[in-house]
Amino acid sequence: MRKCALEKMNDVFAAIASAKTLYLPVDGTDGNAVYTKWEDGVEWSEQLNTVRSPKDFFFPQTEDLMAFKTEGKSIEIIDIRKEAEDFVIFGVRACDVRSFDILDRVFLSEPVDSFYASRREHGIIVSLACSRPSETCFCGTFGIDATAPAGDVTAWKTADAVYFEANTDKGETLLNEIEALTEETSDEAVRVQQEKTKTILAKLPLAGLKTDAFGGGKTKEFFDHPAWEELSQTCLGCGTCTFVCPTCQCYDIKEFNTGSGVVRYRCWDSCMYSEFTRMAHGNNRLTQKERFRQRFMHKLVYYPENNDGLFSCVGCGRCLSKCPISMNIVKVMKTIGGNAE
Amino acid sequence: MNREDTLIPQIGVITDVRIDTPDIKTFRVVTPDGKKAFDHRPGQCAMLSIPGVGEAMFSITSSPTNEEYMEFSIKKCGCVTDWLHQAEVGQQITIRGPYGRPFPVDDEFAGRNMLFIAGGVGLAPLRSVINYCRHYRDRYGDIDIVYGSRTKEDLLDYEEIISEWANDAGVKVHLTIDNPQEGWDGHVGFVPNFVKELGFSTDKTAVLCGPPVMIKFTLEGLIALGFDKTQVYTTLELRMKCGVGKCGRCNVGAKYVCKDGPVFRCDELDELPDEY
Amino acid sequence: MQKVTASQLIDRAAALLADGTVRAVLGWKKGEFDYDITPAVFESEEELKASFVFNDFCGANVSKYLVRHTKKIDGKILVFLKPCDTYSFNQLLTEHRFDREKVYAVAIPCQGMADIDRVKAISGDGIVAIDCGETIRVTTLYSEAPVSVNLADVLEERCANCKSKKHVAYDELIGEEGEVLDSARFDEVARLEAMTPDERFAFWQNELSRCIRCNACRDVCPACTCEKCVFDNPQSGVENKAPANEFEEKMFHIIRAFHVAGRCTDCGECSRVCPQNIPLHLLNRKFIKDMNECYGEYQAGAEVGTLAPLVDYTLDDPEATDVLTRRDCDA
Repeated sequence: MRKCALEKMNDVFAAIASAKTLYLPVDGTDGNAVYTKWEDGVEWSEQLNTVRSPKDFFFPQTEDLMAFKTEGKSIEIIDIRKEAEDFVIFGVRACDVRSFDILDRVFLSEPVDSFYASRREHGIIVSLACSRPSETCFCGTFGIDATAPAGDVTAWKTADAVYFEANTDKGETLLNEIEALTEETSDEAVRVQQEKTKTILAKLPLAGLKTDAFGGGKTKEFFDHPAWEELSQTCLGCGTCTFVCPTCQCYDIKEFNTGSGVVRYRCWDSCMYSEFTRMAHGNNRLTQKERFRQRFMHKLVYYPENNDGLFSCVGCGRCLSKCPISMNIVKVMKTIGGNAE
Repeated sequence: MNREDTLIPQIGVITDVRIDTPDIKTFRVVTPDGKKAFDHRPGQCAMLSIPGVGEAMFSITSSPTNEEYMEFSIKKCGCVTDWLHQAEVGQQITIRGPYGRPFPVDDEFAGRNMLFIAGGVGLAPLRSVINYCRHYRDRYGDIDIVYGSRTKEDLLDYEEIISEWANDAGVKVHLTIDNPQEGWDGHVGFVPNFVKELGFSTDKTAVLCGPPVMIKFTLEGLIALGFDKTQVYTTLELRMKCGVGKCGRCNVGAKYVCKDGPVFRCDELDELPDEY
Repeated sequence: MQKVTASQLIDRAAALLADGTVRAVLGWKKGEFDYDITPAVFESEEELKASFVFNDFCGANVSKYLVRHTKKIDGKILVFLKPCDTYSFNQLLTEHRFDREKVYAVAIPCQGMADIDRVKAISGDGIVAIDCGETIRVTTLYSEAPVSVNLADVLEERCANCKSKKHVAYDELIGEEGEVLDSARFDEVARLEAMTPDERFAFWQNELSRCIRCNACRDVCPACTCEKCVFDNPQSGVENKAPANEFEEKMFHIIRAFHVAGRCTDCGECSRVCPQNIPLHLLNRKFIKDMNECYGEYQAGAEVGTLAPLVDYTLDDPEATDVLTRRDCDA
C-alpha cells in the first residue's frame, strides 16, 4: 500500500494531470460537488459525492454518433468517431464504481457500443473509500463495501494522508507514475478507518433494506401489484431520478441539421417521459403509473433477470435526495417488497 | 476509429418502388455496388433511415433466399414512412441490421404443416417466411395462408399471392376482405371469424401477424379449435431506437422486442406482462 | 415550527371524509427520514393517521395535482393550501385547469419551510431523526447530541423572502390568517440588473450550464399545465431532450420564463426542485419586476379571473419605445 500526505496531494494531481486529463469532484458555485478537470488551483471536494454521477464520462448526456452529407439522391456517411485519450477519474465512490459494471453489461455486450467501449478502455478509475456515509446511502443492500471500493486504484483518505492500492494493471501503472510522491506503508491506518466506517454503515437508517423479495423471474409477482398506483400518484414524470442515476442508461437517437449536413447524436432519455414509448400508432405505456413501474421493475426485476441476478441499483442515494417529490426506490422496495417497517 | 459499431449504418439504394395498396409501398434496396446489404433470417428487421428525417425499424419482407436484394413493404404512418413514400428510384437511404430473433424456420417449423394468418400490413413480416417455406417446399408439410384486409385494394402483394403462392402445390390461399365490394367474389368478413369458419386441424404450426385486435381474437379462435399456444407464433412491434437492446424502450418485461423478439411464441407472451 | 399541527389537520380531514363532504385528501405523506415528504392523496382516516404529516418540511405546493386528481375522483377532493399555494390555486382556476366545484380548499398558515440542504449545512450529514418542535432538533450519526436549528436560519429562499402569509382562496381556514408582506424578493433581481450585460451573461451562463434537462422545473410548475409541452412534441420542430449546446441550455429556460410570464405566481417550486440548484425563480421574478414597473403592480393568482398585464391592453400601457428608453436610461 502506498501513502501520500494530504498536503502533498496537489503534487499527485499535478503529476497525473501532466500526462492525462484528470477529473475529480470539486465544489461548484452552487455548493454541489461536480467532477471537474483538474488544473492548478482546483480543490478536491470534501463532499461525500457529486450530484451528477461519473457515468457521464462513459455515457455522456449527448454525444455525436455520425454525420451525413446529402446531395440530390446521394448520402455520404461520415464516421466522426475518435479513439478516446487516456483520462483519470479520481475519487469515485464504491457505489458509482459498481455502476460501471452495470453499464458495461449493457454497452459492452454484443454488439459492443464502440463509443462507450473506447472511453471505458481509456478511463482509469481511482476509487475513494467512504468514511462518512449519509443517511441516504444503502450500497450495502447491493453487496457493495463502501470501505473497499473497486476500480483500477482504491484510495482511502484519512485526516492527514491518502492511501493507495492498485487493483489492476492500469492502476499499477498509474501508481508507478506517482511513485516518487508516495511511500510504501502498512495498511494499519486504512484498517482502522474501515472498521470505524463499518460500525457507522451498520447504523445507517437503510442498513436493513433487503433485496430478497426481488430479482429475475418476479415479473408476474410484482407487475400488477396494487401499490404502483399509490406510489406513482404524485410522480411528476420528470427525469430527475433517471438523470442523476448512475445506472440509468436509456437513450434516444436524434438528428441535428447543422446547415451543411446532418449530425446524428444520442442523448439520455427517460422511461419516465410520456414520449418514451410513443409510436405513430400508439403508446404501450400511457399513464405515469406504467412509466413509473417500468423504471423500478427494470432495476429490481428485468435487469437482474438478464444479468445473473445483478440489480441495477447501487444504493448511491441520489434519487433519494433529488426527487422533487421524494419518491424513490427505497420507498418502492419497502412497499412492494413487503419489508416496510 | 477502427471499430465496428452497429449504430453506424451503410448506404442503401432504392432500386424499385412498387405501389401495393393506397398506403403501402414496397421498396427494393441494395448497396451502391448492387449487392444485398447483409444476410438475414425470416422475421428479422432492419433500421432504415433518411438523414435529417429519422430512422425506423422495418421487417424485411423479402426472403433470405433472395440473394440479390432486400424488400421492405412500408405503410405510410409517420415521418420516415411519409418521406419514403415520396422517394424515387435511385434515392439513397441508410440501412443497418439484421435485428431480432427470426422465425425458427429450420427448427420448430421444420417438417410441420404451416398456417399463416395475416391482416393488413401484417403480411409484410410473413412474406419473408412464407417465401422461405415455398423455396424449401420439401422441408414443410401443407401450407395454408389466411389473409384479410379492409378492401381488395388493401391486400398487400396481391399479384404475387394470386399468380405465385396460390399456384404452388400444397399451398392453399384463403383471402377475405372486411366488407362486400364490387368485383370481389371471395370471402367477406374479419380474419378471426374466417379462421374459425375454415376450422383448421391442429396438426399445424400457426404464425399470426396483424393489428393487435386481430391477433387477440384469432388466437382465441385457434385455441377454441384446439391449438396449443406453443403451436402459435406472432411478432410484436414497439418503439425502437437502437435495435440491439440497449436504448431501453422496447421492452416488455425483461424481453426487448428488438433483440429477443420481434418473433415470440404465444406461450412465451403469456410469461410477459401485458404491456404491448 | 408550524402553527397548526398534523393532528389538527388529520382530525378535520377525517371529519370531512366521514360526513361525505370530500372523497379524498391531498396533502403530505411522511417519508423515510422525517424530511423527505411526498405529496399524496389519502382516502381514509386510517391512511391519514398512518402517514399524513404537516411540519417544517412540507414545502411541496400540491395545488397543481388538482388538475390530475379532480378528474380521477368522483366527488370533492380536500386540498390543504399554504398561503403561497393559494395563489397557484387561483391562477389554475383563472386558466380553467380544474373544476372549482370538485375542490374543498382548506387554508393553513405557514411559518416558512425548511431547506434540508441548509439544515445539513448546520447539523451535518447522516441525519437519523428530525424533531420539528420550537426549534428543529436534528440527530445525526456523527454528533453526540441532537443539534438545534432555528427554522428562521434554514428557511428556503422563497420563504425567507415570503411575499404573503395571507390566503387568497379557501373554503375553510384553520388557524390564523396572515398579511401580505413587504418582501425583499426583488433584491436579488436588482443585483443582477446592476451587473453589466457581460457579467449578467456570465452569471446565467454559469447557472444554466448546469442544467441536465430533467424537466423537474417545468413538471412541478403550476403555470406549466400544457397538455403537451412544445419541448416534448416531435411535431413542434423545437422538441429538445438534452441541451446539445450552450444556446439550447438557455433556450429552454428563457422560453419557459416567457411562457409563464404574467401567470407565474412566484411560488418558487422551480428552484426548490432543481437538482442542480439553479436559481430559476430569478428569471420569473425578473419578469414580475419588469411588469410591475411597466404596467403597475400585479400579483398573478391574487384573484381569480384577472387578466395579466401581458394579455390585457390598456391605453395607459407604455409603448415599446418608452420601455426601451427607460432601459437606455438604466444603462
